[in-house]
Amino acid sequence: MGIPGVARPRGIARFVLLGGLALVLGGCTLPTFGGFRGATTQGQTEFKLWSWMTIAGVVVAVFVWGLILWAVLAYRRRDPDKMPKQFQSNGPVEILYTVIPLIIVGFIFFYTVVAENKVDAISPNPAVRITVTGFQWGWRFSYRNASGKQVALVETAQPRPPLLAASPLSSEYPRFELPLGETTQISLLSNDVVHTFYVPAFNFGRQALPGVDNKFDFTPVQTGVFVGHCATYCGLYHSEMLFSVAVVTPGAFRSWLKAQSASGAAA
Amino acid sequence: MTVLADRPEVFDDDAAHEHVHAPSGFLKWVTSTDHKVIGKNYTVTAVIFFLLAGAMAMLIRAQLANPDSTFLSQHTYNEMFTMHGSLMIYLFVGPVAFGGLANYIVPLQIGAPDMAFPRLNALSYWLYLGGGTLMMMGFFTTGSAADFGWVAYAPLSNSINTPGAGPDLWIVALVLTGFSAIFTGVNLVSTIYYLRAPGMTMFRMPIFTWNMLVTGILILIAFPVFTSALVLLWCDRHLGAHIFEVQGGGMPVLWQDLFWFFGHPEVYILALPFFGIVTDVIAVFSRKPIFGYRGMVFATISIAALSTSVWAHHMFTTGVVLLPFFSLMSYLIAVPTGIKFFNWIGTMWRGSVKFDTPMLFCIGFLGTFLVGGVTGILLASPPIDFATHDTYFVVAHFHSVVMALVMGAFAGFFYWYPKMTGRMLRESLGKATFWLMFIGTNVTFDPQYLLGLKGMPRRIAEYAASDGYTLLNRISSVGAAIIFVSVALFVVNLIVSWWVPVPAGDNPWDAATLEWATSSPPPHHNFLKLPPIRSRRPVWDKNHPNDRIIEHAKPKLGGMFATPGGAVLLEDVGLDGGPEAER
Repeated sequence: MGIPGVARPRGIARFVLLGGLALVLGGCTLPTFGGFRGATTQGQTEFKLWSWMTIAGVVVAVFVWGLILWAVLAYRRRDPDKMPKQFQSNGPVEILYTVIPLIIVGFIFFYTVVAENKVDAISPNPAVRITVTGFQWGWRFSYRNASGKQVALVETAQPRPPLLAASPLSSEYPRFELPLGETTQISLLSNDVVHTFYVPAFNFGRQALPGVDNKFDFTPVQTGVFVGHCATYCGLYHSEMLFSVAVVTPGAFRSWLKAQSASGAAA
Repeated sequence: MTVLADRPEVFDDDAAHEHVHAPSGFLKWVTSTDHKVIGKNYTVTAVIFFLLAGAMAMLIRAQLANPDSTFLSQHTYNEMFTMHGSLMIYLFVGPVAFGGLANYIVPLQIGAPDMAFPRLNALSYWLYLGGGTLMMMGFFTTGSAADFGWVAYAPLSNSINTPGAGPDLWIVALVLTGFSAIFTGVNLVSTIYYLRAPGMTMFRMPIFTWNMLVTGILILIAFPVFTSALVLLWCDRHLGAHIFEVQGGGMPVLWQDLFWFFGHPEVYILALPFFGIVTDVIAVFSRKPIFGYRGMVFATISIAALSTSVWAHHMFTTGVVLLPFFSLMSYLIAVPTGIKFFNWIGTMWRGSVKFDTPMLFCIGFLGTFLVGGVTGILLASPPIDFATHDTYFVVAHFHSVVMALVMGAFAGFFYWYPKMTGRMLRESLGKATFWLMFIGTNVTFDPQYLLGLKGMPRRIAEYAASDGYTLLNRISSVGAAIIFVSVALFVVNLIVSWWVPVPAGDNPWDAATLEWATSSPPPHHNFLKLPPIRSRRPVWDKNHPNDRIIEHAKPKLGGMFATPGGAVLLEDVGLDGGPEAER
């Protein structure tokens, strides 16, 4: 049995889909929906996935909201004496709305795995190695050479700060540097409780788990200074566990690193 | 396979009244084993915890309304979000559904005189009340209430990082409420399997009852794990067990695994009851049978099954879980959830939709849950989760979900309040409650998605003006105030209905399921007389004998799900020509 009225909401969905596509293709850049475009190659990969999946999500949401609104408004009770037809199933329609979501899930799962493998890939020969340790309540950034020896150190000076409410960029919090265009491998540790090393502009966070050495790569594509937080609640001064990361040219990075080593930080 | 209750269908009026020599007043409330009294006790207690947790939310939003805020100390703030989450999740959303509404309604919906184990039911309530009270007692200890977040991640939750009696009370409280939930699960499953009235086959049960059966099974899967994990945590704190600590060979991440193995099924333990309420209410206020009933049942079962294999999507950022597996399983939950959405829409389709307060809350549920669902799909993608995990994006996501469930709870309150009390709630106040809650929810939580995408982590007590979070946080705080007003109006509604009662009658909504066949409130042991149960809508069949189901196709599965007698098919056949015998 056909259900009249179905055609109109589908028309609306098609309109939204085409409109969205026109917007995207016409603008040539993907909409951000409020997210960061990603200051590393890994972050950019995440951003593309985010943007496309959000477009898909908005299309689905608008379609379903449209159906709900249509059902609510078009079939509101006008005549209290008129009883609607008592139908309770429609096999083909039910199969359709089971199979189509399965196909959508197949697509997004495929693209998720592709993106995830890029984001999680670890280089065998990174240009820079940093061992990052989270502790209550601060960070230690230890630059290592290929044999694992510490060559420079940046760390939180005052681990139990008063309420500062200062920007993570301010000098109370540690700032470490990364070279533009080169791959840095971070090895993430924790001495005490669970923290999360989170750089919003890199579209990346990873837990610092006691007993686990988490490794991941950043390949920055944009110079600048970016804020960082601890994202997993870690006790009293969680909101003060801030840091920043500066992406500079490789030349500037080498001289900064040399200055850090010379200042005696490399104990 | 199933056993149907063997009991008299017609109570002798005098015999029925002989039961009612039970005490009245306060003694009745504390000694009763009647599921209706226990259900009311549970509901009222849970709503009190809801109001307390809501007050804590207001303090949280007051703190975050300004940058560099010193309204609360960091320590107090940490207590507030811990206890807000704990009260809402452990003591309100779950218990109000499986201990409150389900306790009251499920026996009525299946024509049973009580729950299967009435004394166990009473024990559940007292464990729950005792546990909840213990948790609140934390505020009166010298240290503080628990302040390690409602997830209590190890090793932050050990005796060095969070010493004191408050966290211990939190752990013991949740062991008690854990047992309470397990006993309620046992009771629900047993009641639904064994105490259905003659004619109430499995596939004639209202969807709310179906969902409570599946919820009961999920409780039995999830809560024992959590309760045991809490005991292990207590051993770590007091006996030096080192189960969740690296020192001594333990594994901190094990806590996350155990917690979320409970935590994700818990999401569906919270959600499925309200899915059930929404399904039944939409059908009643659309004057139609539930569209795709069987699909609905199988969707519920698949959601429950999948929910046990998605827990590590809460742990994508740990770096130690198998990302593609948990991602795929999480995505797959969208399919049965989508089926439910289309079934809800199909139930309204070509119906006669009336916007009484319960229906408005259901529509609000649909709109809000969709936001939570779509953002949930985004978070099920590990790369996107890396970018947003433990930010306000996640906070906004699960509050969209939970506020949708709260709207489902309010749909249930407004729908069943007449049955429970014999009085109506005021429609005008109810509609105002709905609109303020719907608007307030969106004003509060939609800006939080943007805050999360700007990188604001969750559970921070303060932020700097230069962070750029101020405006969105202020909007969010205004929204919280709107929700506060809406809940206050609900309380006013309760008071008004108490002082100036409007009698409800047995079936004020022209509803179809069995609870509406008895008086409001129902007598002791629920039914003096049962209507014949020959379809999913026994009360509708009685009141609208000419408006029967139109079958689209011949039932193909007939016989597969036959009753013990083998005579009754599960499809709504047998209605035509069947003798309308009073039983």
